Amino acid sequence: MVIIANIGKYFFLMIQVFSRPVNKKIFFKRFLQEIEQIGLNSIWIVAIVSIFMGAVLTLQVAINFENPLIPRYLIGLSARDTMILEFSSTIICLILAGKVGSNIASEIGTMKITEQIDALEIMGVNPANYLILPKILAALFTFPFLNLMSIILGIVGGLLIAVFTDVVSVFNYIYGLRYLFVPFYVTYSLIKICFFAVIITSISSFYGYYTEGGALEVGKSSTKAVVYSIIMILLFNLILTQLLLT
Amino acid sequence: MIEVVNVNKLFGDNHVLKDISTSFEPGKVSMIIGRSGSGKTVLLKCIIGLLIPDSGEIYFDKREFTKSNIKFKTQIRQELGMVFQGGALFTSSTVEENVRFPLDLFTNWSKSEKQKRVDFCLERVGIKNANKLYPTEISGGMQKRVAIARAIVLNPKYLCCDEPNSGLDPQTAILIDRLISEITKEYNITTIVNTHDMNSVMEIADSINFIFQGNNWWQGTKDDIFNTDNKELNDFVFASELCKKIKKETT
Ligand SMILES: Nc1ncnc2c1ncn2[C@@H]1O[C@H](COP(=O)(O)OP(=O)(O)O)[C@@H](O)[C@H]1O
Ligand SMILES: [Mg+2]
Repeated sequence: MVIIANIGKYFFLMIQVFSRPVNKKIFFKRFLQEIEQIGLNSIWIVAIVSIFMGAVLTLQVAINFENPLIPRYLIGLSARDTMILEFSSTIICLILAGKVGSNIASEIGTMKITEQIDALEIMGVNPANYLILPKILAALFTFPFLNLMSIILGIVGGLLIAVFTDVVSVFNYIYGLRYLFVPFYVTYSLIKICFFAVIITSISSFYGYYTEGGALEVGKSSTKAVVYSIIMILLFNLILTQLLLT
Repeated sequence: MIEVVNVNKLFGDNHVLKDISTSFEPGKVSMIIGRSGSGKTVLLKCIIGLLIPDSGEIYFDKREFTKSNIKFKTQIRQELGMVFQGGALFTSSTVEENVRFPLDLFTNWSKSEKQKRVDFCLERVGIKNANKLYPTEISGGMQKRVAIARAIVLNPKYLCCDEPNSGLDPQTAILIDRLISEITKEYNITTIVNTHDMNSVMEIADSINFIFQGNNWWQGTKDDIFNTDNKELNDFVFASELCKKIKKETT
């Protein structure tokens, strides 16, 4: 029952979010602020995680593919495909759900309990539209770039392993990278991350927006935002994979 | 003039406002007094449209507000300033940006015109050299002043303040009260102030509504308070020993 009520409230909020902004100039300013906060501020964490995971993936695959019948270039291929198919979209978004999601929920939640959202409404602004729409659009705009960056850096991480260890040769690794490359996998990855961008920003905004009480409740909203974003990412990952890859 | 007609508000079974009718006049500070939890904030939020009454009407100079559409509400809200209990300044914006925000939204003024108006309003509330600071970097009393500056920046016809001096020391509280009163007279604003602070009432109230258990229990002026035999009002007003003593001496 609570779940159905929440879904109803969620879509009710989204109707308010996707209305026309009162003032285009202010909206654009907000959009740029959010690009910085949601996109640019996430570059470091995405970069570090991607390089390390690319490197570790390559190492593990190399160690496990010791059978001489398996060609060594499959190491490069599997690093590439794991990054594109799952890591750079789904896993990165699980991490961003933690970083961006909790940030959004606590920011909007604090604004709610300190009556800043009421103040916006009183000034004749639609607070949902003013606060949330720029966040959703900024994530939609920046997450695909983070995705591509993560794929590239993951592959670079693997390359570093090929260069600095002798588990796989650079030649084999690069040969594997180019072997049986399916461009649609990148499209698939980009489509997924766009869905996840909307999921993280809208769900986190939702939990922030309906915070009632004090600082403790802001913390709870923040936790809920992360947990439900993650669940929905996993669910949509399954649905989109079924729809796009089979 | 703001008129409240037969307003009822319920939260579930909790009947918070019971058939409230009253009116508030321009150029006067009308105070809504009552104990914590008596429904002052709910009444104020009904008046400004943050809460929708379950029945009854609110009129701003004869214009019905509660049932009107968003476009009309937005129009009235541009004529309305609100000072929230905690100030409700935007914490991610500077003092100056907070005050300028309504101008950015609703005027086509040039940058320098806006700056002039912002500086004027900040000066009017007595804020100096804090334009570039963030709300968390200034004191509670200054936050309230900035909130008042933001509320009057569009030259409102109506000003609502929810416990404007709660959490302030008595001296600062009186300064804020006087500021509200002066602005009301200066610009002939219809001002409504919520408070449970009898000092404020004695300082600036032109008319008083006493809310008791959700009813508009008593209405009158400062002087009436000393002469009333309304038991609940007397219990509320003369709760402290100091007040009891003052009453004994004056009557
Ligand atoms: N959003 C709400 N939901 C449910 N009950 C509320 C809400 N806001 C206020 N109330 C109830 O209304 C009553 C009056 O509250 P309020 O107007 O805030 O009192 P005060 O006079 O101290 O400002 C309280 O009993 C409170 O529990
Ligand atoms: Mg209150």
